[in-house]
Amino acid sequence: MNNAPNTLDVAEEAAALAEHQPVIVRRTRVERAWRELRKAPLTAWFGIIVIVLYVLTAFFAPLIAPYSETELVGGPFDPWSDVNLLGTDQLGRDMFSRLIYAARNTMGIAVLTTALSFTVGGLLGLLAAVLRGWVDQIVSRIVDVMMSIPQLIFCLVLLSFLGTSVLNLVLIIGILDSTRVFRLTRAVATNVAVLDFVEASKLQGEGLLWVMTREILPNILPPLVAEFGLRFCFVFLTVSALSFLGLGIQPPSADWGSMVKDNATLISFGDPTPLLPAGAIALLTVAVNFVVDWFLHKSSGLKE
Amino acid sequence: MNPLIRTILQRLGFGLITLFVVSVVLSLLVGVLPGDFATRTLGQAATPDTVAAFRREIGLDRPPVERYLHWLGDMVRGDFGSSYSGAGSLSGNRRAVADLIAPRLVNTLFLAGLAALIAVPLALTLGLLAALYRNGVYDRLVNLVTLTSISAPEFFVGYVLALFLANDVYFQIFPAISTVEPGASIFDRAYACALPALTLVLVIVAHMMRMTRASVINLLASPYIEMARLKGSEPRRVIVHHALPNAWAPISNVIALNLAYLIVGVVVVEKVFAYPGIGQLMVDAVRNQDVPVIQGCAMIFAGVYVLLNLSADIIAIATNPRLLHPR
Repeated sequence: MNNAPNTLDVAEEAAALAEHQPVIVRRTRVERAWRELRKAPLTAWFGIIVIVLYVLTAFFAPLIAPYSETELVGGPFDPWSDVNLLGTDQLGRDMFSRLIYAARNTMGIAVLTTALSFTVGGLLGLLAAVLRGWVDQIVSRIVDVMMSIPQLIFCLVLLSFLGTSVLNLVLIIGILDSTRVFRLTRAVATNVAVLDFVEASKLQGEGLLWVMTREILPNILPPLVAEFGLRFCFVFLTVSALSFLGLGIQPPSADWGSMVKDNATLISFGDPTPLLPAGAIALLTVAVNFVVDWFLHKSSGLKE
Repeated sequence: MNPLIRTILQRLGFGLITLFVVSVVLSLLVGVLPGDFATRTLGQAATPDTVAAFRREIGLDRPPVERYLHWLGDMVRGDFGSSYSGAGSLSGNRRAVADLIAPRLVNTLFLAGLAALIAVPLALTLGLLAALYRNGVYDRLVNLVTLTSISAPEFFVGYVLALFLANDVYFQIFPAISTVEPGASIFDRAYACALPALTLVLVIVAHMMRMTRASVINLLASPYIEMARLKGSEPRRVIVHHALPNAWAPISNVIALNLAYLIVGVVVVEKVFAYPGIGQLMVDAVRNQDVPVIQGCAMIFAGVYVLLNLSADIIAIATNPRLLHPR
């Protein structure tokens, strides 16, 4: 309530300022983003549109899909028809509906895993860059060893001992993948951590968390955002590969990787249906890569 | 040669430490297996006596350190233990893990070797051409194509190939299932694994080519290249005679990285074409919780991986005179 006079003041002040300085137009974030987007290359536009379509599909899956994820609607391997747009799978479930629900499952798990890997890897990376000394040494050596084992093999081993469940999948891939995030965050954060303004804020008595998240993090955000896209692709491909091997997302949940595995026999009859879920994976990773490419080019002024 | 030997020893030491840690982790994990693991392995009908006997047999009654040392000692002598499949049965004919792994390792190495033989020269040529004609139409096209093929999962590439090249609806050129007869000639083998090899080639060429292009272009920014250009050398000569000798270190790194990737990518591709390699063996073992087989396969994968990274470092030093002959 007591905000009302205040906002009025601000409005008056702004009006007064506008009279004197009409030349400088402050653009809002949205306007600035739009200006950048208009200059974006065709590939970036393609990527953005594809990603938006995927996200919408994931959110509105129950509205778009004609049948449910697990409903049996016909015989096994029915061909494409008006009733089942893309035919049915090995148990007689609607292929089209499962493709749509899988967007939700596969992408949801990949986003969750990437978020976990960034939280763990990012925090440890910042911590190592700020504290240095033995914290940095210990974490770095552990990461070195973890990275010298092929990731998919490590995943397979851990999954076999801990069991295949969605929670284990997210935890295992998230932790293993956080090693790469740690490396990147530590590398870029070390450069920023030695700058004067960080020193100043430390002397000012700011806490560790403040220095990490308010002083350093904003300055290393662009490479991290680009890395988020790349890591998402990697996690997404790993989850799909594990599901394809029968060790990832478990039935009856629809998932692109296991859909390829379950319907692969159709390939030998010249039916391309199993390529659709595989293609869905490929299309999304291509789209994300296009956007990341453009973003990297723009944010770093990368010139060749 | 002093720094070369020192680096080799240093890297070898780190590789051994890594393998040691891997072996510790692998053997520790046996201890955290869920309780019904023995029952699952032996079947529902197993009596408590059988379960106890099985636990004694795999050494779960002994302290972890003793169990680990025992396993490590056996493994160093090439004995990876015996597979759990068939454990607890009266006949007791458990197969030695080493016997299971050996023929499949040969198959996998053959497949990976074949893919590498085609992929490495192809990728280097394409990468150099892209660096030579950078920002031209060829470069842009190659960039688009490789970005797409990097993004696609291996099984997508594999099944697309299987659909079009191993199918009487389109072209029946290669077999869709890569069965390998024991004692087959090298050409029969190569024919049988043509499609898996082609899949692997497509996946790693894209990656290798992009990295070759990037590392050569990176070098082209250095002053001595500008000098060569200013004195009037043609672009081809600048790249082949001036840039390439210095690019060997990054390029050998790229190759080693991708061969290491090949070892892992093989797991998925083997499944697509039902190729009897070590990746298939490991995936099956993981599904059946056949612990000795998992441990053996994982050790071998880790060993090959460490070895490849080691050789990349050595080549990087050996091709760099400044590192080879320090002042």
